[in-house]
Amino acid sequence: MNMRWTIGVGLLAGFGLCWAIPHYEWLDPYVQLVLMYLGINIILTASLNLVNGYMGEFSVGHAGFMAVGAYVASILTVLVFPEEGSAYYFPLAIMGGGLGAAATGLIVSIPSFRARGDYLAIVTLAFNMIVKSVLENLEVVGGPRGFMGMEQLTTLPWVYVWVVITIWILRNLVYSKYGRGMAAIREDEIVCDLCGVHTRRVKISAFLVSAFFAGVAGGLYAHLLQFINPRMFDILKSTEVLIMLYLGGMASLGGSMIGATIYTVVMEVLRAQGGFRMVLMPLLLIFLMLFRPRGIFGLKEFSWLIPWRDLLLMRQLRTRKEVPRASAEG
Amino acid sequence: MIYFLQQTLNALQLGSIYALIALGYTMVYGILLMINFAHGDLFMVGAFLAFALATFLGWSFVPTLLAAMIALAVLGVVIERLAYKPLRHAPKMSAVITALGVGIFLEHLMLAFNPYPRHMPELMPVHIWTFGQFSISSLQVLIIGLSVSLMVVLDWVVMKTKLGLAMRAISWNIKIVPLMGVPVNRVISATFAMGAALGAAAGTLYSMAYPVIDPYMGVMVGWKAFIAAVIGGIGNIRGAVLGGFILAGVEIGVAAVLPTTFRDFISFGLLLILLVVRPHGLLGKPRVEKI
Repeated sequence: MNMRWTIGVGLLAGFGLCWAIPHYEWLDPYVQLVLMYLGINIILTASLNLVNGYMGEFSVGHAGFMAVGAYVASILTVLVFPEEGSAYYFPLAIMGGGLGAAATGLIVSIPSFRARGDYLAIVTLAFNMIVKSVLENLEVVGGPRGFMGMEQLTTLPWVYVWVVITIWILRNLVYSKYGRGMAAIREDEIVCDLCGVHTRRVKISAFLVSAFFAGVAGGLYAHLLQFINPRMFDILKSTEVLIMLYLGGMASLGGSMIGATIYTVVMEVLRAQGGFRMVLMPLLLIFLMLFRPRGIFGLKEFSWLIPWRDLLLMRQLRTRKEVPRASAEG
Repeated sequence: MIYFLQQTLNALQLGSIYALIALGYTMVYGILLMINFAHGDLFMVGAFLAFALATFLGWSFVPTLLAAMIALAVLGVVIERLAYKPLRHAPKMSAVITALGVGIFLEHLMLAFNPYPRHMPELMPVHIWTFGQFSISSLQVLIIGLSVSLMVVLDWVVMKTKLGLAMRAISWNIKIVPLMGVPVNRVISATFAMGAALGAAAGTLYSMAYPVIDPYMGVMVGWKAFIAAVIGGIGNIRGAVLGGFILAGVEIGVAAVLPTTFRDFISFGLLLILLVVRPHGLLGKPRVEKI
């Protein structure tokens, strides 16, 4: 129970810091901008981890969900919600973006019932390209020229709040019955089906939640840049998220945070190298994969990201004591 | 009718290039069960190599093509040995991510040296034969003829030679085949070499047909070829060829009837429907899973 208090106080302190940094201008705007990108990247990576890491599928179209979220949220703030008080409607717009993305996630989850592995990868890839192609053909949202008119509503505290919500919900989901179902699908789908796991329901929920948070990240991204066009959400963006995910490690929320942080920071540091930035980055990735094929933090987790019940269980298993039933289920 | 014939010819030309690249994907997948995402960028390197040889050395078509194919075969083997071989027993996804990394590396290395789109010089004089309103260029004949003959040669290698037998055996079971005395590493390297050489041929032909080349050209064409391989059933060599022609047919067909911006939408939509109906592609067989 002690750890709960520590986490609560830590989260509050983090929020205070995120509020104070822009308010008192402790860091220069460039660093603040990088921090906001970092938060968005963490949301993206953690949400992709749900499908790719915990459920073991290979989704390569995460930017497609992000695009849906970005466009829906931007349309809501620019065309639907009233001009005055737009800051108060902002969370609603982001939620709307997330829900729009979740709706498309539902559509993508249908082919995942039959197509698996590399074929599912193609489904998600095709989905990403279809989203981009549809957006390019929709003149209402500017077509290939893009969509603008959003105010810069994404601020550091908001990014922080959404990161916390994402990690909190994902953590609770991963250690719930559904999360165990996802891990079972990753290990062996047929066996898990035979054992009575409702694989379709588990898959739908994984895609829904993953797409929802990708949409949230898209909404935040759109209101940070104040301009979006379909080309921002192409397959290269999806690749970027995949790299952050596998850099950090699969099936680990802590790994997602580490991967997103390292990738974002390294990319900013390498910015000075100009054109060679994108040459050095993949080299780093290749070396990392050669020496640590599971990523930096693969299949490990920070103890503060594990519910204390599970933590207790793991400790007891490690010391080879018999696990008391009450605490395991309590 | 004439319009239809003309478009069919265009589809055959594009389809043979897609098929050549798709073969590279499908061969590596058939053996290692790994998607070599760097393959589209090998295609790009092949095109640039052909451009460099033709522009700076002034070589004609045949030596350019051969040199590009040989150089790319070597590059393919080097990439396989350095980046993929150490990961053969690692989780499957690490190899795929490494391949993505290799692809991005090749693209941006090329971009760092050569940031501008380049114009491919003419490698050979082009004749255009006209029959009434129907016209056919010698370039189209060359592209389709050369691609088809390369595919026939490949099919012969895989189906009739000892090397092909070893490749098929490895794709059947990579754990048992080494016990029978098959040099697995050499066969895998040969597979990569052949795939990359076909990619280089595709790159050379593509840059002759659509003569503006840039470092990102491999991304879109590569993904399309990959989709072609999946349509045919990835791992199946004849399927890759079939998928390449089908995808090109759909793309050209859509572009002929609707605005070109709908091309990707329709072709990927068809792909999605196909995968829902036949999750293992047209010619692919579902792998039996044992518990």
